[in-house]
Amino acid sequence: MKILVCISNVPDTTTKITFTDNNTQFNTNGVQFILNPYDEIALARAIELTDGGKGSVTVINVGEVNTEATIRKALAIGATDAVRINAKPHDAWYVAYQIAQYVKANPFDLILTGRESIDYNGSKVAGMLGELLDIPSVSIIKKLDTEANQATVEREIEGGKEVLTIPFPFVAGTAEGVAEPKIPNMRGIMSARTKPLTVVEPAEVKTFSEIISYETPAPRGQVNLVSADEPAKLVELLHTQARVI
Amino acid sequence: MSVLIYAENAGGKFKKSTFEAVSYAKAIADQNNISLIAISIGDVANDELAALGKYGAEKVLNVANDKLKNFVNQAYASVIAEAAKANGANIVVLSNSFSGRGLAPRLGVKLEAGVADGAVALPEQNGNKFTVKKTAFSGKAFAIVELTSANKVIALTPNSYKIVESGVVAKVEDFTVEAKASDFTEMIKDIVRSTEKVSLPDAEIVVSAGRGLKGPENWGMIEELADLLGAATACSKPVSDAGWRPHSEHVGQTGIAVSPNLYIAIGISGAIQHLAGVSSSKVIVVINKDAEAPFFKVADYGIVGDAFEVLPKLIAAVKEYKASA
Ligand SMILES: Cc1cc2nc3c(=O)[nH]c(=O)nc-3n(C[C@H](O)[C@H](O)[C@H](O)COP(=O)(O)OP(=O)(O)OC[C@H]3O[C@@H](n4cnc5c(N)ncnc54)[C@H](O)[C@@H]3O)c2cc1C
Ligand SMILES: Nc1ncnc2c1ncn2[C@@H]1O[C@H](COP(=O)(O)O)[C@@H](O)[C@H]1O
Repeated sequence: MKILVCISNVPDTTTKITFTDNNTQFNTNGVQFILNPYDEIALARAIELTDGGKGSVTVINVGEVNTEATIRKALAIGATDAVRINAKPHDAWYVAYQIAQYVKANPFDLILTGRESIDYNGSKVAGMLGELLDIPSVSIIKKLDTEANQATVEREIEGGKEVLTIPFPFVAGTAEGVAEPKIPNMRGIMSARTKPLTVVEPAEVKTFSEIISYETPAPRGQVNLVSADEPAKLVELLHTQARVI
Repeated sequence: MSVLIYAENAGGKFKKSTFEAVSYAKAIADQNNISLIAISIGDVANDELAALGKYGAEKVLNVANDKLKNFVNQAYASVIAEAAKANGANIVVLSNSFSGRGLAPRLGVKLEAGVADGAVALPEQNGNKFTVKKTAFSGKAFAIVELTSANKVIALTPNSYKIVESGVVAKVEDFTVEAKASDFTEMIKDIVRSTEKVSLPDAEIVVSAGRGLKGPENWGMIEELADLLGAATACSKPVSDAGWRPHSEHVGQTGIAVSPNLYIAIGISGAIQHLAGVSSSKVIVVINKDAEAPFFKVADYGIVGDAFEVLPKLIAAVKEYKASA
C-alpha cells in the first residue's frame, strides 16, 4: 500500500501569536516551527499500517526551503521519502491544488492529512484534495483500519460517531485516537539525512482568497473573585450580571 | 443572485447551529438585497422545513431521496452545488459543524469559490471587496479573509451569531437531482449517537475539568453540575490522554475549539494550548485552588478553592437557584 501524508509546518503550540506591519503579517521572529500535531498522528498511523514491508509512506509539503527541517523530522520518524513543492502555501486551495497535481502523476492508495493545521485551522485541504481528485474525503476521523481494497474509519459527528467503509483511494483528516505520535529514534535521525527528498516546482493556479489582516482577541477585564464559601454568590452573578444562566 | 444556506439536520430535526446559520445567511441576503434559499437533505418533516422561514428562508428546497437519507460527503456536496447553480446562488452558507467541514472545501472546489471557514462575524462589503473574519491560530487570533472569487462559501462557527427571527413564510419545494453513482462509494456501517448528552461543539454552557480532579472516579460531580446547567462536559488534554475521559471531550489547541456563552474550568491550570481552544467563550469561570493559576488571568469570574469542597456547594447553589427560578 502506498500512503501519502500531507504535512504542514506550523508555529509551536506555546507560541504567543503577534503580528507586524500593521497587523498584516504573522510575526515569525523567535518562533519555533514544528510538524503540525495532527499530521504527526497521520504519519504515525501511516507508518503502523505499512510496517514490516507492507508498503511505503511518502510525506509531502508545500513550502519554501525553510520547511526542510520539519520534513527531515517526518523522515526521521519513519517516512520512506519526501516531496516538497517549492512555494509559499498561499491558502488551503493553493496547497490542495499543488498536491493534487502531484498525485495525478503519482497515484497513492490512501492520502492522509491532519484534521486541521493549527495555524490556519481550515480543515479544508482534505476535502479540496478529495474534490480535485474526484475521490471520497472524510474531514475528521478518530480511527482508521485497512483491509485489501478498503478501509474502515470512524468519523466524528456532534454527540457521537459514524463508522464508514470506504474503498481506496480516498483522503482522510486524522484526529486524536487514530494513533499515538511517534518520537524519532537515533537510527531514524541518522537515516533521515539520506532518504530521498524531491523538490518539485509549483503549477500556476488562480487564487480565490487573500488574508488582508489579523486581529487578536480583546483582552478580558479583571477577574471577579467570589469567596470559596459562597458559590451561591457566583450563581447569582452568572444569572443577574453575566446573564448566561 | 441569491444566498443558499445548507440547513443541516440531526435525525430529522434542525439544530440550533442551523438556525444560527440561517439567521446569518439572511443578514447577508439583506446586505445584498437578494433572496435567501435554504436546502435540506434527508428525512425532514414538512412543518420542520417550513419553520426555516421563521429565520428568513423564502424558499426551502427539500431533497428527500432515499439514497441521501444519511450524510454522504461527496453526494451531499454535489447536491448542494447543483442547487446553487440551479438557483443562481453566488454565496453558499453552512455551519462549520463536523459535516460542514467536510462539505465546505468540496463546495469551494466545485463552485470555484473562496472559502471562509470558521467565520465569526458577518462579512464586510465595500464595493467589490468582500471580507470575512474567521478564527486563526487555534483561537489565539482572527484573520480577516477577502474572498476574491465571484462565488463564495462561508462556514459559520457555532455559537458565534445570534438567532434572529424575521418571520418570512417559506415556500417548501422538492428539489430532485440525479445522484451520481461515483458519489456513493463510501458506505455507512453504523451511527452511534449518545442522545442524552449535549454535544460539545454546539453547547451554550460547557463544564470542563482538568488534572486537578485527580482521577476519573471524581467526574460524577462534573457530570452532575453539567446536567443541572444543561451543559456539555469537556476536559483538558492530559485528562483524555490518561483515558479518564474520551478524546472527543478534549478541548484546546489540539482538541475541539469551543465558544460557548459560559465555560466553567475546574482544576485546569490554563496552559496556552488549553486557552487557545476556549478563549472565545463569552464568559469564563475558573475554579482552582492555586490563586496563581494562569487561567485566572483570562477569567471573568473565579473561585480560589479546593474543587472537592467548592463543587458540592456550587451544585447545591445551582439546585437552589433552579428551584427558585
Ligand atoms: C503540542 C501540545 C499540544 C497541547 N494541546 C493541548 C490542548 O489542546 N488542550 C489542553 O488542555 N492541553 C494541551 N496541551 C497540554 C498543556 O500544555 C497542559 O499540560 C495541560 O493543559 C494541563 O492540563 P491541566 O490544566 O488539566 O493540568 P495541570 O497543568 O496539571 O493543572 C492542574 C490544575 O489543577 C489545580 N488543582 C489541583 N488540585 C485541585 C483541587 N483539589 N481543586 C482545585 N484545583 C486543583 C492546580 O492548581 C492546577 O492549576 C498541549 C501540550 C502540547 C505540548
Ligand atoms: N503547506 C502544506 N503542505 C502540505 N500539507 C498541508 C499544508 N498545509 C496544510 N496541509 C495539510 O492539510 C491539513 C489541514 O490543513 P488546513 O486545511 O489548513 O486546516 C494539515 O493537517 C496538513 O495535513
